[in-house]
Amino acid sequence: MLLNKYSFTEKKDTRSGFGAGLSELGKSNPNVVALCADLTGSLKMDAFQKSHPERFFQIGIAEANMMGIAAGLTIGGKIPFTGTFANFSTGRVYDQIRQSIAYSHKNVKICASHAGLTLGEDGATHQILEDIGLMKMLPGMVVINPCDYNQTKAATISIAEYHGPVYLRFGRPSVGNFTPADQKFVIGKAVQLNEGKDVTIIATGHLVWKAIEAADALEKKGISVDLINIHTIKPLDEEAILKSVAKTKCVVTAEEHQMNGGLGDSVAQLLARKHPAPQEFVAVNDSFGESGTPDDLMKKYGLESVNIIAAAEKVLKRK
Amino acid sequence: MFLTKQFGLLLNSIFTVISLKMTNSIGNKEIAQQIRRDIVRMVHAVSSGHPGGSLGCVEYFVALYGSVLKHDAKNFTMDGKNEDLFFLSNGHISPVYYSTLAHFGYFPVKELATFRKLNTRLQGHPTTHEGLPGIRIASGSLGQGMSVAIGAALAKKLNKDNSIVYSLHGDGELQEGQIWEAAMYAAGNKVDNLICTIDYNKRQIDGDTDNVLPLGDLRAKFEAFGWTVLDIKNGNDLDEVIKGLNHAKTFIGKGKPIMNLMHTEMGFGVDYMMGTHKWHGSAPNDEQLAKALAQIPETVGDY
Repeated sequence: MLLNKYSFTEKKDTRSGFGAGLSELGKSNPNVVALCADLTGSLKMDAFQKSHPERFFQIGIAEANMMGIAAGLTIGGKIPFTGTFANFSTGRVYDQIRQSIAYSHKNVKICASHAGLTLGEDGATHQILEDIGLMKMLPGMVVINPCDYNQTKAATISIAEYHGPVYLRFGRPSVGNFTPADQKFVIGKAVQLNEGKDVTIIATGHLVWKAIEAADALEKKGISVDLINIHTIKPLDEEAILKSVAKTKCVVTAEEHQMNGGLGDSVAQLLARKHPAPQEFVAVNDSFGESGTPDDLMKKYGLESVNIIAAAEKVLKRK
Repeated sequence: MFLTKQFGLLLNSIFTVISLKMTNSIGNKEIAQQIRRDIVRMVHAVSSGHPGGSLGCVEYFVALYGSVLKHDAKNFTMDGKNEDLFFLSNGHISPVYYSTLAHFGYFPVKELATFRKLNTRLQGHPTTHEGLPGIRIASGSLGQGMSVAIGAALAKKLNKDNSIVYSLHGDGELQEGQIWEAAMYAAGNKVDNLICTIDYNKRQIDGDTDNVLPLGDLRAKFEAFGWTVLDIKNGNDLDEVIKGLNHAKTFIGKGKPIMNLMHTEMGFGVDYMMGTHKWHGSAPNDEQLAKALAQIPETVGDY
């Protein structure tokens, strides 16, 4: 079954995958520079800072300035990676990103940690659940939300090769590290985790492992699941999704984000245009988060494998 | 005899320098007058745009592009390696920027006729989106250009490129918080290959800056932030602006970012646009256009 196919030996945080990827880039690409707004440890950027102090810019608590400086650094051929929490990487600096980075098509990589509810105890002020929506609305912005340490590391390395603005979203908690370390990361290319015929489950970020658990449970009940890991929300792998839904005729999307503006939204828009099908959404439903442990929050806000299972059973009845 | 010869040579060389300077200056003054004309005609043609600040900054732009800046108009590259770079932070004064770029060879002067019209490269506010040579960042939403200029200055340092980064800001723009984030960063990190200039005309859309939100003592503020602060007392005197910018260059590499407080008159050169904030963002009608153009005769040719 699926849980045998996708096992892991250790749990690791995706932000550490970012730190490891950035560190490798430091060695392999002299044009890569890093900027941080007083969260170097939280973003796991310390290794880069230590190895390449001349290419590391401590900006202080001034995220708007950080985005502008990053845009300026591209003029002269640098590839800046900015690091701060997802909340301060997006909502706080939306206009700076919009004008100086996206509209100006600058080669800036906006790297955002502590996204979503799993930031935990700090509460709703810091738990942004709108960032995917904000970023995907910007013309030309690539939006990536990898699922585990290995995928985050591979994504970090991969985006340095792509010319243009990228939003890379990752998180704080330790999660199962099941992606093979040698799996190539291709921007915009979905990872098919399981072939099935009854229901499509499309998950992103921390919800991918929960979707694997859900698919495993569903298969035990005799429901065959076509399971897709969408690490790139924009550009969306339309081909993979349409091929799957053509087969299963129904879909569940799962993400640690508002239902409005998230992955589910993008999938629904695609299906409405090209292949209408029943869809259920596992996402936060128009609500802010709150303080609590990551696990308690994911339970309270309905982002667990049981919620994916229930959504799959519901959508199967709507076929 | 020997001394006389030496003296004669010296006099000769002084005269050559002076005459070269004068020729240069006179040529640039003609261009400045034409740019003023272009500005008024451009905003009139589309009944929109920002003539006031544009007219007030003509001398700055001509000083920069005609004399101070090390640049290559014919071979524009985004990276501008080994060239001085300029960033316009107060993007609404795009008419003066576009006209200057055209007259100094970045694109054909006749393209000024497309300003703010559908499918133009000369958008209402400057953008890299349409690939217009000379533009390296979009601006218009205020307060962002100093950060961008700092980033470009840091890239030059990493690239061991000794050229200079210049930026221009409106005084009203200093009300944006990001400016002060950038000001703190530049001083704290010794970004000393950067020459910023404030268009200190003391007016903004809603009125005098003193009435909208007083800027206070700008010299004291930037000095307290750790900048070298210089005054250009008459920002509408071309020779004085050239002198001021060249003076600012002598502070390059001395551990501090440089700020010019450039005193200008909004609307300079058109009598009825001066002494008021009313022409910050309004275009003249046909009658007003004629009145303005009568004050600024054509020099190097209308577009």
